Amino acid sequence: MSKLKENIIQKGMLINVGPQHPSTHGVLRLILTLEGEVIRNTKPVIGYLHRGKEKLAESRTYFQYLPMVDRVDYLASFFYQAALCYAVESIAGLKVPRRAEYIRLVTMELNRITSHLLWIGSFLLDLGATSPLFYVFRERENILKMLEELTGQRMMYNYYTFSGVKKELPEGWITRVLDLCKNMPKLFDEYEAIITKNPIFLERTRGIGVMKPESGLDYGITGPNIRASGVNFDLRKSDPYSVYGEIDFNTCLAGSGDSYDRYMVRIGELRESVKIIEKALAQLPGGIPERLRVKRVNCDCKKEECEYCGFDTQLTGKKINPAVFKVPAGEATAIIEAPRGIACCYVVSDGTNKPYRVKWRAPSFSSVQILPELIKDKSYSDLMPIFGSLDVVLPEVDR
Amino acid sequence: MYELYAKILNIFGIPEIFAQMSWTVFPFACVAALLVLVVIFLVLMERKVLAYLTVRKGPNRVGPNGFLQTFADAIKLLFKEDIMSRDANKLLFTLAPIIVFAPVMVIYGLMPFTEHFVAINIAVGLFLVFALSSITTVGIVLAGWASNNKYSLLGGMRSAAQAISYEIPLVIAVLSIAVLAGSLNMLEIVKSQAGGIFSWNLWHAFIGFIVLFICSIAEVNRIPFDLPEAESELVSGYNTEYSGMKFALFFLAEYSAMFIISVLIVTLFLGGYLPPFSDYLSVILFQNILNNQALLNVFIHIEQGFWLIAKTYAIIFTIMWIRATLPRLRADQLMAFSWKFLLPLSFLNLILVATFKLFV
Repeated sequence: MSKLKENIIQKGMLINVGPQHPSTHGVLRLILTLEGEVIRNTKPVIGYLHRGKEKLAESRTYFQYLPMVDRVDYLASFFYQAALCYAVESIAGLKVPRRAEYIRLVTMELNRITSHLLWIGSFLLDLGATSPLFYVFRERENILKMLEELTGQRMMYNYYTFSGVKKELPEGWITRVLDLCKNMPKLFDEYEAIITKNPIFLERTRGIGVMKPESGLDYGITGPNIRASGVNFDLRKSDPYSVYGEIDFNTCLAGSGDSYDRYMVRIGELRESVKIIEKALAQLPGGIPERLRVKRVNCDCKKEECEYCGFDTQLTGKKINPAVFKVPAGEATAIIEAPRGIACCYVVSDGTNKPYRVKWRAPSFSSVQILPELIKDKSYSDLMPIFGSLDVVLPEVDR
Repeated sequence: MYELYAKILNIFGIPEIFAQMSWTVFPFACVAALLVLVVIFLVLMERKVLAYLTVRKGPNRVGPNGFLQTFADAIKLLFKEDIMSRDANKLLFTLAPIIVFAPVMVIYGLMPFTEHFVAINIAVGLFLVFALSSITTVGIVLAGWASNNKYSLLGGMRSAAQAISYEIPLVIAVLSIAVLAGSLNMLEIVKSQAGGIFSWNLWHAFIGFIVLFICSIAEVNRIPFDLPEAESELVSGYNTEYSGMKFALFFLAEYSAMFIISVLIVTLFLGGYLPPFSDYLSVILFQNILNNQALLNVFIHIEQGFWLIAKTYAIIFTIMWIRATLPRLRADQLMAFSWKFLLPLSFLNLILVATFKLFV
């Protein structure tokens, strides 16, 4: 018997999942070796969505590169733009007004809710339940309307700028967002009623794809995935970057690290995000924009500490001319807690108006790496409950 | 009926011999037309029901309220190119949809839609229904094998495994009905349930009803038991490689199987075409007004059809509702559920029913 033939017999059936497959969440390709329906070996193939986001930065000015960053993760655009802004701001020494920071925080948390909602829908779709997808789209639509009103865009917002945000909140926006926040926990209860207590859902997810905290840390898993394994690591708590330090909230933790726990952590984070938004809007410096405008006209004191026209109530710390914006030579890293884990932006500047090098660290990349370990010796039907629960977004992996 | 048929043909100047030849084909043509119409309506119903359960509107562009959407889809499907992959087994690939579809068509003839609307009324009707419906699985396995596609193969294998584990509790649950009615003839089974809602077999064999309902969802491959075509895992399962008319045959077979299994549940457990009251509504309402037995019989006939359709669509709606609510089971969980839970339950049901029959 030839060696090749022996190999084929030992290797079992090779099956190629993706890049065109209904549930690979984009263009991930998995080369699986099956024995019957048991997965023996997995090889993820990435790169089908590679757009060269890091290289493109080197031939563009900072302001030209800023809108492109939105496309790194199309479900959580705000976070990547925030990471780039924080990195550039720390090299250039730009100060951000507190009002702008609060607006950033609110928009980021709204974005986290939309991202987690979409995850719930697609995860349940992977398990074969179709209805939750439409329910989450109903709620996501409401939030997207708010963000569209604010930024003019539904997905690629391009709202942040270096040292602040681009636009003032529209009139009545805060009230509408607070109304939304009031209704949302009821809708989350609705999801829990149809999903969390569903016996088939429990059967499919409990004890499936258990990620041990040690191996998760070894692979660099962050975000809700590692919190589901019981590791209390949330950058918003441990290293408060924006104004998270001024807001009181809980970190959602779970113990066993299976698919069910990853679901429970995200459901908990949805509720926490709603609370964060409510609290942040309550203590927004300057308050609602209509009132602020009137007060500012009447005040006109031009003092730094003024409650209405001081630095902290501005939208941008410094008016920058995009054409001549140059960042002094240096390097900086900004790490923030994106919905899928830690997003990290490393910028090296050589003193010109273009970055010398930009490096992105995306959390989904680690999640794809740990996938072969999680699905080894599991049934082929378990592939999607495990892969789906990791919340991988492919453009983020390939960049 | 034949005389009328020959007379109509004679009016158009068609010779007697043609009428004799075509008479054998005629019932099957009727069945086929009925089947296609039922499926077209079912697809529309499913899309509408699912849409309203998932806060959407569903099809609403073609025809009034989207009523003609499925007609448009069917026409599109007929005109599609028939693609066969190079390495597929040509004979089996073509044969598989036919094997899936043909038994379903025959089963239509066995169903007692009303007292007189039974095309094939034979003593072993119930037995024949299950014998024929099992053939469908062979077609699905063949389709999975002949497509030369790994997803199709896995789908076909799952379908076989699923059929084996689910048909046993299914048949044992149905056996209890045969015990209750003392017959395998479908009409006899319905007639044994006469006398209003409380004489239906549902109350005598309640566990059997539950088992049969779960198993029939598995039998027609629907969520939560749609493993052979689990789209998030196997793309589309056994029919991944099919297109055009061949795919349409699978589609027809799947939806008509759903209709048939609902008719079967109604016939066996919910009194078939019998009304839920002690007597026909027509009798209660019209007996003193009409005073014409022939006309009354016509009304009763229509009423029987109405009750059967109403009950059947209630069952179908429940199946669609389940589809909108539940996720899919895993293959091994499905087996465990069938062998460890449903099979003992169906035996328990049989023992209870037999004891009931013996002493009551």
